Amino acid sequence: MSLFRPSDAAGLQTVAAEGPPACGHVHDGGHEPQPAGDALISARDLWLRHGGRDVIAGVNLEVRCGEIVTLIGPNGAGKTTLVRLILGIEKPDRGLIVRPPTTRIGYVPQRFEVDRTIPMTVRSFLALGGSAAATDIESALDEVGALRTAHQQLSRLSGGETQRVLIARALLRRPNLLILDEPARGVDFAGEAELYELIGGLRDKRHLGILLVSHDLHVVMAKSDRVICLNGHVCCSGKPEHVSQHAEYARIFGPKGAAALSVYRHHHDHAHDLTGETKPLGDADAQRRGS
Amino acid sequence: MFSWPEPFIWRALLAAVGLAVIAAPLGCIVVWRRMSYVGETLAQAGLLGVALGLALKVDLTLAVVLAAVAAAGLLTLLGRQHLVSLDSALGLTHHATLALGIAAIALAKGPGIDLMSYLFGDVFAVTRSDLVWVYVGGAAVLAMIFYLWEPLVRLSLHEDLATAEGVDPKLTRAAFDLLLAVVIAVAMKVVGILLVMAFLVVPAVAARPLSTTPERMALLAAAIAVISTIFGLWLSLSSDLPGGPSIVIAMCTVAAISLLAGSRRQG
Repeated sequence: MSLFRPSDAAGLQTVAAEGPPACGHVHDGGHEPQPAGDALISARDLWLRHGGRDVIAGVNLEVRCGEIVTLIGPNGAGKTTLVRLILGIEKPDRGLIVRPPTTRIGYVPQRFEVDRTIPMTVRSFLALGGSAAATDIESALDEVGALRTAHQQLSRLSGGETQRVLIARALLRRPNLLILDEPARGVDFAGEAELYELIGGLRDKRHLGILLVSHDLHVVMAKSDRVICLNGHVCCSGKPEHVSQHAEYARIFGPKGAAALSVYRHHHDHAHDLTGETKPLGDADAQRRGS
Repeated sequence: MFSWPEPFIWRALLAAVGLAVIAAPLGCIVVWRRMSYVGETLAQAGLLGVALGLALKVDLTLAVVLAAVAAAGLLTLLGRQHLVSLDSALGLTHHATLALGIAAIALAKGPGIDLMSYLFGDVFAVTRSDLVWVYVGGAAVLAMIFYLWEPLVRLSLHEDLATAEGVDPKLTRAAFDLLLAVVIAVAMKVVGILLVMAFLVVPAVAARPLSTTPERMALLAAAIAVISTIFGLWLSLSSDLPGGPSIVIAMCTVAAISLLAGSRRQG
């Protein structure tokens, strides 16, 4: 009896797909969506009932090499539940999760608040449960821009630092698929933009597939190849600009949400300077949340 | 004039020190997972185990282990319901097991059954066979804890992350509950049901402000527990106080000093 499940046995519903995706090697910048056979993971017609309600209703989802798929949706839309199904933490009532044996997942969970009672340095956290050498740990921390936190206590990190350390931990598992659940939660606006910059950079440099969960639309959407709008079922999906014009999207997020997106994209095309331009966006965002 | 201690004092010392070392790493996990109340409940289920063991004429240590494991299973089930918080469910189970245990002991009343000795233990009444339990059982528990250490720390940090990375949360938790039950059963003879959890939790709390990694905290907790145990027994013998409580007083004193020093340094 082993205490560890083989990480690719994510549940009974998982089946190994034939034909491993050629992924993980560095491409020169290109990250066009690839044919369906290259899926790092695909969820097929997932259903899950909780408390007499279909939390997940017939969801299909696919992430391919080098592509950023953003999962958006209001609170309670089942985003985190879907991620838990994909990771095999929870099992669906119906449906399949197809995961080729070559897929290695790096996971960055939502709300990682370390209890003060657990003494843990960043370095010992990154070494925990893995076989990473000290040099690997340092280069992973360097890659995410958190090298100076190496000797700090995990419970004392800021929100942004915590997220970077978690990404470093995920990278140490040499993933070709990175799953991040609300990575910008608890991070201020400038830090949020930097964080998405980092995630986009990882995709470009390592040619990772990325599944990103967010209830904030603007920054994420600009970097995404595909957006999936979830509200129990998949309301709509497609290119960011396509989704933002979708009637269903407007119904869920309101016209202000759609407006915030277009404002951001416009500014993003001009500059990466986030000082002046972010103000109106933040207001629009606040209004959307309030509505 | 110095006189060589009586054998019963040696046995008390060996049992209490052995227990201190076994309990320390488990205590750290209990503190990290906020399980002190869970531990209390398991310990009090042990009293019910004593009564059942007496009634069914089975080995008392085994009966206590089984009762504590059953209580752990019950708590797992209670954790799945959503009508009341786990805290309230624990409040219910905790008092139910204590009341049932005391009542059952009263029913099982016979010659040589002393409720107080189960509630508070009697470290100076430790026998050779108790010592065998502490050291053989203790070695097994330490070996298991060593094997389980990494998954337990990972689960304490973040359950979903650990699970996604391949740790089996249910199996690990069940194994830990079993270890906890064994330690409670072994410790009952030494410190009694009411103070068992102090042996686990207090040294871990005392070690926290002085630790930077989980492993250091476990080692420090063991060291603090051993020193407090020796000092507590000396206090007990020199002031004619009961053994178990004296040890716990010594542990709590160290914890208070450590926390005070820790908060000074922070502020």
